Amino acid sequence: MSSQFLQFLISGITVGATYALVGLGFSIVYNSSQVINFAQGEFVMIGGMATVFLMAAGAPMPLAIALAVLLAVVIGFALGKFAIEPARGAPVVSIIIITIGASIFLRGAAMLVWDRNLHHMPAFSGSDPIDIGGAALLPQSVWVVGGMVIIVAALQVFFSHARIGKAMLATAFNPLAAQLVGISTRGMLLLSFALAAGIGAIAGILIAPITLTYAGVGIMLGLKGFSAAIVGGLGNPMGAVAGGLVVGIAEAMTAGYISSAYKDAVAFLIILAVLLIRPSGLFGRRESERV
Amino acid sequence: MKIWDVRTVLGWTVGLLAAATIALGAQAQEPIKLGVFLSATGGAAFLGDPEKKTIELYVEKINADGGLLGRQVQLTIYDDGTKAKEALTFVKRLIDQDKVDLIIGGTTTGNTMAVINEVEQAGLPFISLAGASVIIDPVKKWVFKTPHTDRLAVQKIFTDMKARGLTKIGLLAGSGGFDKSCAGNARALMESEGVEILADETHGAGDTDMTPQLTKIKNTEGVQAFLYCGFGAPTSIVAKNYKQLGITIPHYQTHGSASVRFIKGADGAAEGVRLPAAALLVVDSLPDSHPQKAIASAYKAAYEDGYKEPISTFGGHAYDALFLAAEAIKRAGSLDKEAVRSEIEKTNGFIGVDGIFTMSPDDHLGLDNDSFVMVEVHDGGWKLQE
Repeated sequence: MSSQFLQFLISGITVGATYALVGLGFSIVYNSSQVINFAQGEFVMIGGMATVFLMAAGAPMPLAIALAVLLAVVIGFALGKFAIEPARGAPVVSIIIITIGASIFLRGAAMLVWDRNLHHMPAFSGSDPIDIGGAALLPQSVWVVGGMVIIVAALQVFFSHARIGKAMLATAFNPLAAQLVGISTRGMLLLSFALAAGIGAIAGILIAPITLTYAGVGIMLGLKGFSAAIVGGLGNPMGAVAGGLVVGIAEAMTAGYISSAYKDAVAFLIILAVLLIRPSGLFGRRESERV
Repeated sequence: MKIWDVRTVLGWTVGLLAAATIALGAQAQEPIKLGVFLSATGGAAFLGDPEKKTIELYVEKINADGGLLGRQVQLTIYDDGTKAKEALTFVKRLIDQDKVDLIIGGTTTGNTMAVINEVEQAGLPFISLAGASVIIDPVKKWVFKTPHTDRLAVQKIFTDMKARGLTKIGLLAGSGGFDKSCAGNARALMESEGVEILADETHGAGDTDMTPQLTKIKNTEGVQAFLYCGFGAPTSIVAKNYKQLGITIPHYQTHGSASVRFIKGADGAAEGVRLPAAALLVVDSLPDSHPQKAIASAYKAAYEDGYKEPISTFGGHAYDALFLAAEAIKRAGSLDKEAVRSEIEKTNGFIGVDGIFTMSPDDHLGLDNDSFVMVEVHDGGWKLQE
C-alpha cells in the first residue's frame, strides 16, 4: 500500500515540477511588467522542438540544447521589442491580448518551419526506472526536479543580490521611481521577456523526453503552468514551485485514491479555493491600494 | 444610318451563335465541385495532414486521367484547425457559397458530429474520415464514413483477448471524443463478448503522466490484460509509463495508435503492444492472395513517391472516401445529389485501403471485423499476427 502511495507521490512531484518550470516564466515577466505572458507555453514548445530538429540535423545533444535556448531567448527578446514595447502605455489587458496573439503566431510558425508531428527526444540518462521502496522513478524525473531546483535557486540569487535583478524588481514596484534613479525600464522589460523565454525553453527541453514534443504542446502546459503561478502567487519564483507541486500532487492523489475522472476538477477546485482565501496566492505580496 | 443591313445581321447572328456555343461548351465542361474540410493543423494535424495530401494527390491524378464523367474535379479544401466551430463555419461555406456537390472531411469525431445537422438539412452526400461509431449509428441519410469504428476495433481486440484466454481487463481512456466512444463501446460490449472490466480509469486532455491510473490497474486483483483507448501523444506516454511501472500483462491499444509516431514516441516502450489496424499498415507482409494487397501497395507507392514520407492509415481513409465517391458518381452518371447518395449506399464489394466495403441502408460504413488485422509492435515495426 505504501509503495502505491510513493508511486502517486513520485508522479505528483514529476508533474508538479513540470508545471512549476513552466510557471516560473509567468512569474518573471509579471515581475517586471505586470503582464501575463500567454506565449510562455510556446517557448516551452520552441525549446523542445528546436532541440529535436537540431539533433535530427546532426548536432550533438548539448550543442542542440544550447542553440535551442539561444533561439528562444532571441525570439523572446524580439517579442518584447516588436510586439510589447510599441504597445507601452497601453492597458495591461491589451498587452495580455497581444501575448495571446503572439502565442497563436508562434504555434503556427512552428507548424510551418518544423512540422505537425509528434517528436520524441531521448532521455538524458536512459529510461530504466529506479526502484524506490517498490515505486518506479524515471531518471528524467530527477532531471526535471533537479533542473527546477537549480533554476529557482539561481533566480532567487539573481533577484535578491544581482544589481540587474534588483533593478528588474524595482521596475516592477514603481516604474517611474525606477526610471528616476537611472534604471532603463525599457531594457528591463526586454530582459524579462528574454529571460522568461530562456527558462521556458530549458523547461521544454527537460520535460520533452517525458511529454514528447509537438507544435501544440505549449497550450495545455502553458495553462497548467499559469495555474501553478497563480496558486503560488504571481511574481515569486518560490510561489510557482509551491503552486506547481500542490496542483501536481493533488492531481496524482485524486487520480490514485478517489477517481481519475475528478482529477482535473480537483486541480481547479484548489485554484478556486486559493483565489478565494488568498487572492494574491500562497506566496504572493498582499496588494495595498494607494489612495 | 442603316443598322440592319444584311451583313450586320449576319455578323450578329454568327457572333451570338459563337457565344452560345462557347457558353454551352463551358457548361458541359463545368467541373465537379468537391468540398473538403480537414484538421490539417491543430491537435489532430497528424491525422489531417496525410488526409489532405492524399486527397490532393489523387484529385490531381483523377483530373490528369480525364476527370469524372468527362468533367474535371474542382477541389475546395478548408483547414478547420481541429476546432469544431471552425468546421461548422467551413461546411456552411462549402454548402452556401462554394455550392459543392459532395463533401468529404471531418478528421475527428467531434468535428464530424458538429456538422452533421447542417449537412442533413442541406441534403448532400457527406463522407466522414473520423473513427467513432456514433457518426453512423444511428444511420443518418446523408452521412457515410470510411474508417473502421471503435466498436469494430473493440470487438476485434476482445476476440483476440479471448483467443489468448484473457477475459478480465483494466481499461484506461483519454477524454477526447474517440477515447470516450471507444471506452463506452468496451463497456457496452463486455457482457455480450464475455469480458469483464475490473478497473476503469480515465485521464485528462494534455496529461503527461498516467502512472497513478496505471498503478491502480496494476494493483487491481485479477486483471489479465490492459486496454488503452486514445490517440496522439498519450498513446506513447501510456506505453512509457507501462514500462516504467514494470507491468507485464498484455497491453492492447486501438487503431488510434496505428502510426509510426506512436512507436517512435514511446522510445522502445511500445514493444509488444497489440492493436487492430488496417491491412495497409503491414502491406508488405500481406500474402499476395490478400484481396487488398494490390490496391494498398499502389497507394503506398504513390503516396511515398509523392511526398517522401511514410504512409499512415489516416491517409488511407481519405483515399477510400474519395474513390467511394468517384465510383458512386460514375454509376449515378450525374451529380444529382439523391442519385449519388443512393449509389454510395449501394456500394458493394468496393476494395479499398481500409477493407472491402459493402454498404446498405442500415450500414453506412460497410466494413466488418475481418477488415482489421491484429498487429504487434516488434523491433520498432509492425508484425502481422495470425
